[in-house]
Amino acid sequence: MNNRVLSLVLSRLLIALITLVIVSFAVFFATTLLPGDTATILLGQAATPEAVEGLRKAMHLDDPAIFRFLRWIVGLLQGDLGTSYANEMPVADLIGGRFINTLQLAGVTALFSVPIALTLGITAAMLRGSLYDRAVTVLTIGVISVPEFMIATSAVLIFAVYLKWLPALSFANEVTSLTELLRIYAMPVITLTFVISAQMIRMTRAAVIETLNTPYVEMALLKGASRPRIVFRHALPNALGPIVNAVALSLSYLLGGVIIVETIFNYPGIAKLMVDAVATRDLPLIQSCAMIFCLGYLLLITAADIIAILSNPRLR
Amino acid sequence: MTMTNSETKADRISGTRLGYRFNIIGMVGLSVILFWALIAIFAPLIIPYPVGEIVDLDYFGPMSRDFWLGSDYLGRDMLSRILMGARYTVGISLAAVTIACFSGVMLGMFAAVAGGWLDTVLSRFLDALNSIPSKLFGLVVVAAVGSSIPVLILTLSVIYIPGAYRFARALAVNINAMDFITVARIRGESTLYLIRSEILPNIVGPVLADLGIRFVFIVLLLSGLSFLGLGVQPPYADWGALVRENIGGLPFGAPAVMAPSFAIASLTISVNLLIDNLPKKIRDRSE
Repeated sequence: MNNRVLSLVLSRLLIALITLVIVSFAVFFATTLLPGDTATILLGQAATPEAVEGLRKAMHLDDPAIFRFLRWIVGLLQGDLGTSYANEMPVADLIGGRFINTLQLAGVTALFSVPIALTLGITAAMLRGSLYDRAVTVLTIGVISVPEFMIATSAVLIFAVYLKWLPALSFANEVTSLTELLRIYAMPVITLTFVISAQMIRMTRAAVIETLNTPYVEMALLKGASRPRIVFRHALPNALGPIVNAVALSLSYLLGGVIIVETIFNYPGIAKLMVDAVATRDLPLIQSCAMIFCLGYLLLITAADIIAILSNPRLR
Repeated sequence: MTMTNSETKADRISGTRLGYRFNIIGMVGLSVILFWALIAIFAPLIIPYPVGEIVDLDYFGPMSRDFWLGSDYLGRDMLSRILMGARYTVGISLAAVTIACFSGVMLGMFAAVAGGWLDTVLSRFLDALNSIPSKLFGLVVVAAVGSSIPVLILTLSVIYIPGAYRFARALAVNINAMDFITVARIRGESTLYLIRSEILPNIVGPVLADLGIRFVFIVLLLSGLSFLGLGVQPPYADWGALVRENIGGLPFGAPAVMAPSFAIASLTISVNLLIDNLPKKIRDRSE
């Protein structure tokens, strides 16, 4: 790795860091600008003015917003996520176990969707213009242009209502055996796999086709190399960077999908926690969940960018 | 034979008025979009039953002669509710996409023409805004200020301004490097004139195609938010909210669950089809 690549990667990381600061700023102010006084909301209508005043002091609500923001950020960096308004529990405790549940869901989905999507995407690109390619393209466009909850409800209708293979809802805290675990994960994973794979197939196909259009691939074709040899020896090694980039980018779509899927299947993950927190206007919880999601999203898109930089042979 | 006939006919219909040639798939997309637009405008006149009234004795009723799409979880007519729901889904999305694209394109052209630090700061800021996942942004805003139709329209447009900005800026930067812009600058024209009369006419085609794609994103996001119960609030219901209301009918396979989803899918897929089959003359004018 030479200096140029290093400086590009570092500048990309710096941009991600600046973005994170702007995002945390946005999240903090969006949630503090709401009408109504937090202390009054917490104590209820019957609270005495003295009690409200005391709580305001204790929560530093009278300080300028910028100080509260800095205090919040410092607390966040030290792992102190604040206390939930709704049930007085530390936010970190509420998030802990559920965060692992969400990671498991995302991990299992990635495990399924990456191989499926790469196979379909690369073969579709190899057989460009064929009936197979057109079928895959139409299917992916179809999946991308419908809302996630439609995929989820269709999956429930097909697998739970008509075929009766799987239960319609999942509760991960009642697992007793391996088969039960599989049955619980099946529906959310099927739904998410569809959503993510469609994005990934589209991007992978585009990446491979772009490589297949390069002069050196034409050269290989002209010298009489066979089609599999062109794809596997000449095109794929060069398309690897763009493909990994596409995988990382499509995995960032997990975030949007996970919010819908956890809600519809009652999955005890962090996205469900956040949707419930929005319903009860539990601000510390919303802020923490939002920061976790933004951090995950930024990590994925930054990783995608860095992979794209590293895989560019002109920079090596 | 019939195929070619209909195709030439379709070409003639659209071709004579607009001077563009649409192919048959694009025409299908366009007609579905027009269909939903007309429904959205005339819904109150054509609904068979009042939307709020319980007309079926059965809840989650099946499709029947009286209730074409069955009844919902309270026994209200599903067809009427979907037709009225079109007003919210199409109306809110259209308003949001108009604001998003207008602001995004204006800022994009301005940044391209002005250049310098203004361009850098604006691009950096909007990129940061863009790296907040869209559903999350919606959730946070709804948590902060509550959900009402004006808030939804504004939130959706703010979410999609960065995308429109980036697209328009990239196009405008290319145009900005052309000789006729330099000539106009030397003539002493103002920035406003450059944007309005020199750049906009040259990027308007791709920008309109981009508007269509963004409209699809907005419809999907709005439906998703409504499905989570954070979008359009009762007593009004857009298509996403209709799915949420009736999700209890899923185990019975009630048409009330799937029908609104199909309405969304028909609209978004049609817009995609239309955009993909737009005449090259509109889509790639700048290239």
